[in-house]
Amino acid sequence: MDLRYTEEQQAFRAEVRAWLAAHAPHVRLEHFDASREGFEAHRAWERTLKSGDWGMVTWPTAYGGRGLDLIQWLIFEEEYYRAGAPGRVNQNGIFLLGPTLIEYGTEEQKARFLPPMAAGDEIWAQAWSEPQAGSDLAAVRSTAVRDGDDYVLNGHKIWSSRAAFADWAFGLFRAPGSERHKGLSLILFPLNASGVTVNPIQKMNGHVGFAEIFLEDVRVPAFNRLGAEGQGWEICMATAGFERGLMLRSPARYQVAAAQLAALFRSCADRVDPALEAEVVRAWMNAEAYALSIYATASRLMAGGTIGPEASTNKIFWSELDIHLHQTALAILGPRAELLPAAPDAGGVGDWLEDYIFALAGPIYAGSNEIQRNIIAERLLGLPR
Amino acid sequence: MNFTFTEEQRLFAETARSLLSDTCQPADLRRLLAEGGARDAARWGAIIETGLTLLLLPEAAGGLGLTETDFALIAEAAGYYALPEPLVESAGVAAPMLAAIFPGAPVLQNPAATLAIQHPINPFVTDADTAEALLLHHQGETHLVDRQAAKLTREPSIDPFRRLFRVDWTPAPATRIAEGSALWSAALDRGALFAAAQGLGLAQRAIDLAADYAKARTQFGKPIGAYQAIKHHLASAQVKLEFARPVVQAAAAVSADGDAYSRARVSHAKIVALEAADFACRTAVQVHGAMGYSWEVDVHLFLKRTLALTFAWGTPAFHRARVAHRVFDLPTGPDQTFAREPTHA
Repeated sequence: MDLRYTEEQQAFRAEVRAWLAAHAPHVRLEHFDASREGFEAHRAWERTLKSGDWGMVTWPTAYGGRGLDLIQWLIFEEEYYRAGAPGRVNQNGIFLLGPTLIEYGTEEQKARFLPPMAAGDEIWAQAWSEPQAGSDLAAVRSTAVRDGDDYVLNGHKIWSSRAAFADWAFGLFRAPGSERHKGLSLILFPLNASGVTVNPIQKMNGHVGFAEIFLEDVRVPAFNRLGAEGQGWEICMATAGFERGLMLRSPARYQVAAAQLAALFRSCADRVDPALEAEVVRAWMNAEAYALSIYATASRLMAGGTIGPEASTNKIFWSELDIHLHQTALAILGPRAELLPAAPDAGGVGDWLEDYIFALAGPIYAGSNEIQRNIIAERLLGLPR
Repeated sequence: MNFTFTEEQRLFAETARSLLSDTCQPADLRRLLAEGGARDAARWGAIIETGLTLLLLPEAAGGLGLTETDFALIAEAAGYYALPEPLVESAGVAAPMLAAIFPGAPVLQNPAATLAIQHPINPFVTDADTAEALLLHHQGETHLVDRQAAKLTREPSIDPFRRLFRVDWTPAPATRIAEGSALWSAALDRGALFAAAQGLGLAQRAIDLAADYAKARTQFGKPIGAYQAIKHHLASAQVKLEFARPVVQAAAAVSADGDAYSRARVSHAKIVALEAADFACRTAVQVHGAMGYSWEVDVHLFLKRTLALTFAWGTPAFHRARVAHRVFDLPTGPDQTFAREPTHA
């Protein structure tokens, strides 16, 4: 137990900080889910990141990464959020599919898919849920039928983040006649393939980052199957582990927000309910606890450990702290909290409202918190199904 | 940066857990209660023999010279088993304080002897009646007083194993062994830190008791643990615990710094670990239903210890004020998680 950065780690932080200061945009880009322009502005930023070799720092250098360890990754993320750099439009790719490809992909698949992912040339959507397969993901009905060297895909995917503007998607497809967790394969498909129709779905904040995807006799090479035929569920659960466990939400995101919340409270402490101070302190403690937990997990993984069902506790914790933090900000803003950025008197209200609305989705996506609580109860505490 | 325990630390903690698992089950606690004794001689003997009381003492005082990180794991086990004997406050708080002043103190040479400590943050002194000597506070001074020289008045606690006393005594130049508040500040941090570590153990024990009951108790034809209402209560308790644990571990790692950053981390740990224990204990009562409210079911033993420790070694309000100083008066942000004052940097 030694909670001090080494000199090398401090030098690395300084290097990241200097690069971001020179390259990160000084204005907030339009959200990547708000419009095609916003999406493409974020793609351009991904290319800038790649030009500095910062696209995906934990990946091996052979696949377009920087080959850094998890502590360096945390330092990178801390500096990234401190700098207010743009959101990662390709997070489905770089944080979810990427690690899965590295673990389950063939060398040919890694060489084909990872470098353009790290470079922002191919931006990924996920295609897991279906209208009748939400929390019960094993109820997916979309099919993949083998035909020579190809698969023919049919079905209907929904709640696909980024799919409105993305280039590629990955999803679960089943062999005809198979049931539940058996017979599922993880297959990658281009969203511009013949037979793919993407219908955007507007979110409550007006963004169009979701879509439903209709697949009608979509032909993809068998090369696009990740892992063995029928191994899809296992791989999907591993992907979910990355998502819930470590990489989906950097602690730095909440630590920056908590610091901004403290500044907001200080700036209007003379006119807000003093009881809110305790909520600001609570928000800071939550963000710190999440950071310390992730440092502990990263250290354990670097020492050869693995992520297990305890990953489900992470997803519950960060999604709930995010809502509490933003609720506290709105309570400090009081009657001005409802103002949209375009309102003439919106000066000083910042992005708290938009980020609050975004936070409301946290307990739902990446496996609802109810499902996470079932997982904790059954796999950590051994309660009966 | 390395947020893991050494193999040695894990083994030592496992030894403590195994000792307490053998000697400190609820049936043992109930037997001690029925006998009305202050401590179980066999268990205390085993604790001494294992070296747990020597862990934090410097080698100059005949100790093992280990750290707060090592002792926090032992305190966690003491919480899990609701240990009645004063291992944590004597060996974790009082003895290191005395050793910092006077490593050759005769009371430190007797491994069977315990020390009690009257910290100004606590109105009463635990286990004063069985202590060889008392560390007492008077206007910033530290006094070492024989138990016989003080008048002890028992103050019954809801926790039947907490032996609280009001201590009346007269300061004299002959009993004064040190001046200055730094030692008392360090004692407060150790007291709060190890209370937090006990909170982790108490929380896990309450969850384990409730999970075991939920697997065995059937209603409507199936175990109540199969119902989501029960699962979600217990999962929420486990989440609180999982995010208190690294805070306590980080607090243990930095507590010796004694700066505003380490004090805030200790306070953060004290708040969230006892909150996790409180939530877990109340959840465990609820999961047990009417049985949970009975004397027969063991949950109340852990609930009562939790209640006491929540307000001992600084109330939640006291600790929240220390965290507030950290949040509002010192640099915050993702690059400040492990910040320390420059003298420690």
